[in-house]
Amino acid sequence: MIPELGHFSLILALVLALVQAIVPMIGASRNRIALMAVGRPAAQGQFLAIAFAFGCLTWAFVTSDFSLQLAAVNSHTDTPLIYKITGVWGNHEGSLLLWALSLSLWTVAVTVFSRNLPDAFMARVLGVLGWISAGFLSFTLVTSNPFDRLLPAVAQGRDLNPLLQDAGMIIHPPLLYMGYVGFSVAFAFAIAALLSGRMDAAWARWSRPWTTVAWVFLTAGIAVGSGWAYYELGWGGWWFWDPVENASFMPWLLGTALIHSLAVTEKRGAFRSWTILLAISAFSLSLLGTFLVRSGVITSVHAFATDPRRGLFILALLVVVIGVSLTLFAWRAPKLSGGGSFGLVSRDATLLGNNVLLAVATGSVLLGTLYPLFLDALNLGKISVGPPYFEAVFVPLMTPVVVLMVLGPFVRWKGDGLGRVLRPLLPVMVASIAIGLGVAFAVGHVTVRTVLGLVLASWVLLGSAQLLASRFAERRGASAAAVLRGIPAAWWGMWLAHAGIGIFIIGATMAGSLHERLDVKMQPGQTAQLAGYTFTFRGVADAPGPNYDAARATIDVARSGIPVATLQPEKRFYVAQQMPMTEASIDIGPFRDVYVNLGDRLDDGSWVVGLFYKPFISWVWLGCLLMAVGGVFAASDRRYRRLAEREVPAGAARRTT
Amino acid sequence: MKAKFLVPLALFLVLAGFLGYGLQLNPREVPSPLVDKPAPQFRLATLAAADTALGVADMRGEVWLLNVWASWCVSCREEHPVLMELARDKVVPLVGLNYKDTRPEAIAWLEAHGDPYTASVVDADGRVGIDYGVYGVPETFLIDRQGVIRYKHIGPVTREAVRDVLLPKIAELSRAS
Amino acid sequence: MRASSFRHLLPSAVSAALFTLILAVAPPQAFAADEAAPLVTDPQLEERVMDLSHKLRCLVCQNQSIAESNAPLALDLRNQVREQLAAGKSEEAVVDYLVARYGDFVLYLPPFKGTTLLLWLGPALLLVAGAGWLGWRLRRRAEEVRSAPHLTRDERARARALLDGTSPGTSPSSEEPRS
Repeated sequence: MIPELGHFSLILALVLALVQAIVPMIGASRNRIALMAVGRPAAQGQFLAIAFAFGCLTWAFVTSDFSLQLAAVNSHTDTPLIYKITGVWGNHEGSLLLWALSLSLWTVAVTVFSRNLPDAFMARVLGVLGWISAGFLSFTLVTSNPFDRLLPAVAQGRDLNPLLQDAGMIIHPPLLYMGYVGFSVAFAFAIAALLSGRMDAAWARWSRPWTTVAWVFLTAGIAVGSGWAYYELGWGGWWFWDPVENASFMPWLLGTALIHSLAVTEKRGAFRSWTILLAISAFSLSLLGTFLVRSGVITSVHAFATDPRRGLFILALLVVVIGVSLTLFAWRAPKLSGGGSFGLVSRDATLLGNNVLLAVATGSVLLGTLYPLFLDALNLGKISVGPPYFEAVFVPLMTPVVVLMVLGPFVRWKGDGLGRVLRPLLPVMVASIAIGLGVAFAVGHVTVRTVLGLVLASWVLLGSAQLLASRFAERRGASAAAVLRGIPAAWWGMWLAHAGIGIFIIGATMAGSLHERLDVKMQPGQTAQLAGYTFTFRGVADAPGPNYDAARATIDVARSGIPVATLQPEKRFYVAQQMPMTEASIDIGPFRDVYVNLGDRLDDGSWVVGLFYKPFISWVWLGCLLMAVGGVFAASDRRYRRLAEREVPAGAARRTT
Repeated sequence: MKAKFLVPLALFLVLAGFLGYGLQLNPREVPSPLVDKPAPQFRLATLAAADTALGVADMRGEVWLLNVWASWCVSCREEHPVLMELARDKVVPLVGLNYKDTRPEAIAWLEAHGDPYTASVVDADGRVGIDYGVYGVPETFLIDRQGVIRYKHIGPVTREAVRDVLLPKIAELSRAS
Repeated sequence: MRASSFRHLLPSAVSAALFTLILAVAPPQAFAADEAAPLVTDPQLEERVMDLSHKLRCLVCQNQSIAESNAPLALDLRNQVREQLAAGKSEEAVVDYLVARYGDFVLYLPPFKGTTLLLWLGPALLLVAGAGWLGWRLRRRAEEVRSAPHLTRDERARARALLDGTSPGTSPSSEEPRS
């Protein structure tokens, strides 16, 4: 009964989405307030309906209702409760429902937090979001109904894929989807701007916080996903340039460009058509990612079970959504031009430069991801494009981005003197090169990549320090506290996010260059040495879990005779899925991780044990965390709230709340 | 002037065209670079008798099929009836490459399901499999009189594949002297 | 029939047996009683094996290198790589060996040739196009700056305030659009 209620609720949500898509749009074009006002309650009702459907699906998983096909395939009575819940979105149908849920959540957030938008603009934003939601809800209902029954019911479910039974998987998909889907808000603002002809600084200011928040979610989602890969796949890799990873990375890159170009459009009224195009593209790439994951056109570790009918449906959706918006762009954007003028040395120019580079990097990742498909379609053979290609292409493209990124905040808007900009940065430049080379020699790893990474990281971090110092220098005489108080949250956000990039580069460089690995056969009592650590194998004991059997090893780690940690890697066997899994055990430290996994038991009774030493690896995620926190600061700047209220054009009816 | 604003749309439509076409392709089927190359030589013990050997050289002058199979391979059971029909019709010699299997299990499997093969040879460590670029079982190679691989079928052989591809190709190769 | 139902992993027993076989043929070495024996006898060779394996794609896996995958075919190919490198073959020779059997598909770093021209030159072309467009925009803008009237002192102060982000200032949207 409950799944039927969920199904019905989902159909109701589709009806509401269509109402939200059509009625306010008509209202906006005919200037009828009553019709425009329908958008808000429709969006909120739609959210409740989808949330209810999601709740029904969750209920079926939690109560192990195996008359529901999805639960029977992805859950089991012995699955721990938390993984029964996350199993809801550990599959194609359920994750689509999560997609729809997060879209409706964003829509409701817009109705709540952007009350001050002019009615017609709000009506168009909600209309666009309604169309997207209607598209995805009909996709769900037509091709991927999560509420399909399995009759007769089976006695026992097949359990959730063990790879997904992990803490990281609890929050990774929701974060990632909130990020992916969050770009729909910036997209809807852009389309509404094109429709209404209102493409000015006020529009940029309205979209900025939404874009930033979506970017924060995407940053966090990608970071959690990479952290999951790091400990779950058992050998400590954290980024694989898999097509599906790229699918989340491309919107991130363009979203980063969008955040910066929105800044220019807001402050200077420039780059307007470019900003609109970025807003459309960032969301288009999110949709493309959805297509890649669910259509089966590419092979990926993360792809869902595929079905060409689904692929066709999403492709149609893709063509309609992106095709219509790019047509609208081609039609309306030529009317956009101008904005403030600026010189070669200006913040405007550095931001535009970074935008172009980020777009080129995105284009290159897209090219590499889809090139095998292009060749295959043209019948020119099958190739693979993998990590070596992306590293060879991506690093050189991002290097100038990182260089410009530090430069940007020192340069004034509109125009500046090269000398004035470089004066505080020259010592930074010299110091970065010295530090980069010095550290590379000190650690005995003088390769182009190591030196480049260290120089860039020093450049970013020292540059950030210099930026803060120059802030103080500008206000000589003021107390430190006064200077710090005077700095707006948005500036702190920028500063933290940029510093985060520096931290990230240190992590990626050091872990990539200096990691050590040793595979040994260990008997109880035996020891092994790696990177100055002594690993003593204490033995293996049975450690069965709720839905798996496991052998758990105990390994003492010591350094110079002083105990550091006791690690307990496991080798699990998930009974229902008949699948072995290794659970690595990690001693996380600020400057290094010690990582141990347990392999097979050999005939002589010894165990294969993988020992890893990963210097600075946690800086990769620390850097991402700083970027995300920076985004939160930027989005929370008081300016947006104050300005949003002021920006209401005179005469426009302010909604009473 | 206005044309440049159409560029994103044009690029997207091209991309969408490829994606649509890509839906019909199987990204996991990898064509073999060995087609139209001499079949890699091997000389392996036959499954029937460990002391007799059979190799590519012995098949010279004949158009023949090399079918990679194993008793642990579930899909081999799927194509098995089709192979039995081929053997019954005595179209061409069908040599089995018993891939990474154990002798008793392989013999038992043939006894249980029937033996369509002219002979099966034993590739216990999968080395010959690597030479033939085998990456999934079953796979089937069509080899001509000169010992050149003319076609590779990946996955279970279906009746349609026999009727529409294999038989016409075999007829063509048999006509050629 | 796009879902590849016919791909089968070998039973893990077979792979484990093979793996053990490899270990068994490795020459025994003497180790202190309490020192664990390394899995491989030649760490340098193993590093080369793993470096190369990371660049080779496992054909039966979804999308993993033969270094990451534990599929039986990946183990077999890794052993081939190890064997051939140990026999003194160069990395290129091993790659050629595998390409001759499995095609370019096994290479994660696609070779530079006619069909991959656009793949390899694409990013550079994009960069040139982007830089060209950027240069054109910047020059045009710079000309506008030169021809634009100078700011009054008041405007300058307002601009400074905007830069500091301390004052909301007026919206630049009021600027006259330029063509």
